[in-house]
This record gives sequence, C-alpha cells and structure tokens, in this order.
Amino acid sequence: MNTYIHISPTPLNIQSCIDLVMSPSCGGIDVFIGTVRDATKGKQVLRLEFEAYEKMAVSEMQKLADRAMQQWPVQKVVIHHRTGVLQVGEVPVVIAVAAAHRDAAFEACRFLIDTLKQTVPIWKKEVFEDGEVWVSATP
Amino acid sequence: MTVTILAFGIAKDIFGASSIDIELPADALASDLKLLLEDKYPRLKQIRSYLLAVNNEYANDDLVLDSRDEIAVIPPVSGG
Repeated sequence: MNTYIHISPTPLNIQSCIDLVMSPSCGGIDVFIGTVRDATKGKQVLRLEFEAYEKMAVSEMQKLADRAMQQWPVQKVVIHHRTGVLQVGEVPVVIAVAAAHRDAAFEACRFLIDTLKQTVPIWKKEVFEDGEVWVSATP
Repeated sequence: MTVTILAFGIAKDIFGASSIDIELPADALASDLKLLLEDKYPRLKQIRSYLLAVNNEYANDDLVLDSRDEIAVIPPVSGG
C-alpha cells in the first residue's frame, strides 16, 4: 500500500506520518504540517473547530493521493486530517510525500495541500472573543 | 419521495439541524432540490456558494435523484 488516508478526532502523530512514507528507494520526504494560527486579519483567534463529512472526505483525499501518484514520480503519500476543537499551535493536517528525487516530492506535496483546501469536505470555524465564523462561507 | 439531506458547516446552522427531510417529486433533479432548499432556507443564497454531494460524489445540476441516495449540502470547504 502506497497511500495512507486518515481522519481522526485525536492529535496527529507527525513522526508516524513520516515513518509511513519512509522507504529505501526514496531520496527525499517532503512534509507539510498545518498549524492553528493565533490571528486572522489581525483579530485574535481563540481556537478552531473542524468538522468533516468523513466518508466523502476520505474518498476525496484518496482521489488526491491517487492523482499525485499519477502526475508525479512519487512513491508514497500520507494525508492525515484532524477534526474537533483545536487550540492555537495544534496540528489540523499533515501531508507527507516520499519520492526518489526531491522535485517530485515538493510539487506533489504542494498540489495535495492546495487541492485539499479546495475540494475536500472539511470545514473550520474560527472562534474569536466576540463571536465565531465558518471560514470562507460568506462573501 | 422523501429524501434526507445531510448538512455541514454553515449549512447545518442555516437548517438548524445536521439533517432534514425534504419531499421531492419522483425523478427530481439536483437543481430542483437546490431551488426547493433555497426557497425554504433563503440564507442558503447568501453564502458564497454551495454544492450538492450525492453518494459521496459532487453532483451536477442535471443528476436525477433517488430516494435511496445519500445527499449532502456542501458549503465552501475550508479544511487544512
């Protein structure tokens, strides 16, 4: 198995994502770690709340991993996403890509996080001191 | 036919529930359901956009719906 997709309400293990893609035939691993930022447009964020349409999100993430494997000479792909309430500094997403050579790993990793943000049915709510807002939902 | 619509993110707030039942004519299209939902929940028209997913795939407007379909309203996603 060369792709590993997972959605979890518990903290993500970054090292285990790296271990999953580690391979003797790969010369490089590219890792993207998303972290909860403490502010949006200058406004302090208290926490984020992530919600997923889990079955479809897993299937969309699998499609992305398969596309990355087809488009670039990469050997292993991990996409792990967290759900639930996350505090500032916690990790909502980890993507790891292993390839024989680094160009493919960098490009595929960038494609995966950029496209995940556009197509995978997961939503985040930003909670501020004076209210909360579903990110990207309103014009 | 009665279909159950799952709602996520801001759609859940708009419906006031994580799922709702809607009565549709037989052979209704995805676009028919959208019009009905927008009529019943006008706030749906104020969000940036939304899509329907049918059986875990994004659906085109001309898709014919079935009472056994798993249907979901997908507001703009914001994972990552």
